[in-house]
Amino acid sequence: MSVFAVLRPGPQTLLQDAGRQRWQHLGVSPGGPVDLHAAAWANRLLNNSWGSPLLEIALGGLSLECRGEAWVAVTGAAMPISLEGQPQLNWSRFRVRQGQHLQLGQARSGQRAYLAVSGGFAATPQLGSVATQQRDGLGGLQGDGQALRVGDLLTCQPLPLAGPASVPSDFQPDYALQPCIRVIPGGDAMLIGPPQLQGFFNHNWRISPHSDRMGARLYGTALACPVMPAARQWSQGVSTGAIQVPADGQPIILMADRQSMGGYPLIGWVHPLDLGLLAQCPPHHVVQFSPVELAAVQAQLRQFYRFFGR
Amino acid sequence: MIRIEPAGAEALLLVLAEQPDSQLPLRIQALSERLRQQLGGALIDLVPAWTSLLLHYDIQRISYTRLLQLVEPLLENWLEETCPACPPRLHELPVWYAGEDLHAVAQACGLSVGEVIDLHSAIDYQVGAIGFAPGFAYLGELDARLTLARRSTPRVRVPAGSLAIAERQTAIYPQASPGGWHLLGLCPLRLFDLQATPVCRLAIGDRVRFVPIDQAAYLALVGPA
Repeated sequence: MSVFAVLRPGPQTLLQDAGRQRWQHLGVSPGGPVDLHAAAWANRLLNNSWGSPLLEIALGGLSLECRGEAWVAVTGAAMPISLEGQPQLNWSRFRVRQGQHLQLGQARSGQRAYLAVSGGFAATPQLGSVATQQRDGLGGLQGDGQALRVGDLLTCQPLPLAGPASVPSDFQPDYALQPCIRVIPGGDAMLIGPPQLQGFFNHNWRISPHSDRMGARLYGTALACPVMPAARQWSQGVSTGAIQVPADGQPIILMADRQSMGGYPLIGWVHPLDLGLLAQCPPHHVVQFSPVELAAVQAQLRQFYRFFGR
Repeated sequence: MIRIEPAGAEALLLVLAEQPDSQLPLRIQALSERLRQQLGGALIDLVPAWTSLLLHYDIQRISYTRLLQLVEPLLENWLEETCPACPPRLHELPVWYAGEDLHAVAQACGLSVGEVIDLHSAIDYQVGAIGFAPGFAYLGELDARLTLARRSTPRVRVPAGSLAIAERQTAIYPQASPGGWHLLGLCPLRLFDLQATPVCRLAIGDRVRFVPIDQAAYLALVGPA
């Protein structure tokens, strides 16, 4: 067994896995990584199975000491990675030995990096998952929904790997670019009206600093949202990526730590494979949206799941 | 008219009625169980609400078209479904009516504090939906004389066990969380507890009666901190 001692946890480093499924009927949030693409690659680099427990590191500032040996992979936001002072490549796996210090500096582009170890981190699941849900107080290393703390000891059963490897560069997104996020229009889009839908797709939006793992909040030219008919005023189950339009006309996109039910009008859903790009946007970053068809999204998603062995 | 529509890349929404009624929660629950039985692992999460049921499905196990083909026949006479094997229960939940908003609510409704407590605890409520937070049960239907819109500014933190009202609904916050409802009191019982079976004390369709208790009884039931 190898142990990683947390010397500095950074502002928000969370243990995550594939999320908490089959409990939404009791109001339990699904959780899981906000950037599915980066998290899936971190595990894939180590031959780990889909959803093996890994760390989601917001903004950087993580420092670990390795007691034992392990292969580590880091993907996602560009943070300077240093092992005993030696720079390491992002979107790659590398070997860590007994006593070595591994540090992730401040994010230069993107918001969240993923750090996986061969074999995955060990933790006791709650409601079938170790995913840290801070609001619900579920998951995480201690099972209390808390982020990593100084002195936490992460353990893993390392598996041997042949040598270093990297994600092909075509699959390493540049988070500094202005993303065009694909959206399946639907929900209350027709009630909200075609001109408002057009406005949503034609305008530039910016990411609000109030965004978090529960919702990416946008600001820009407000959408006029009509009063919904009485039948639509009852809360319904919601899914990740749902684009809510509250009365102030500034959309909120539901992310991994979303609630199970919601009542705001919806104009559509973000493509699940584009949610990561959204989550990597720093505050005030400009984003645009373009429409996409459900069938196309499902085909891409199936291919993604097959490739990553979900 | 039942509406069936996509709710994202991996979910299907069934809107089963225009308005809630007292029979709907158990019927939607029964439909949910039936779908779970018939579709098994193809469905990941089923989320019953006041008038709807959301199906989160596994797109690798079932296509959208196939799901529609399987769901539609089950909806043809879903109102004749017999209700679930587990009959609804009546829960008596003790409440110390000493919430932060009790006086403000009384004033806003033109009632005395005693009248607010009497009206709130006089009737049995029904669990119409569970959502928002783990174990948060939406209970209906609140006496019309207590109807108030949500607070204009939600509280950043509502204490665990808070009994609250908004519109024609009442609920208890199982965990400390942000919240925009008006606080009437505190319930000493845990409504969502990973060590308990079932983890969620209330189930859809269950009835709830609030029993006023005093501070001493509340503290005795909460136990030492």
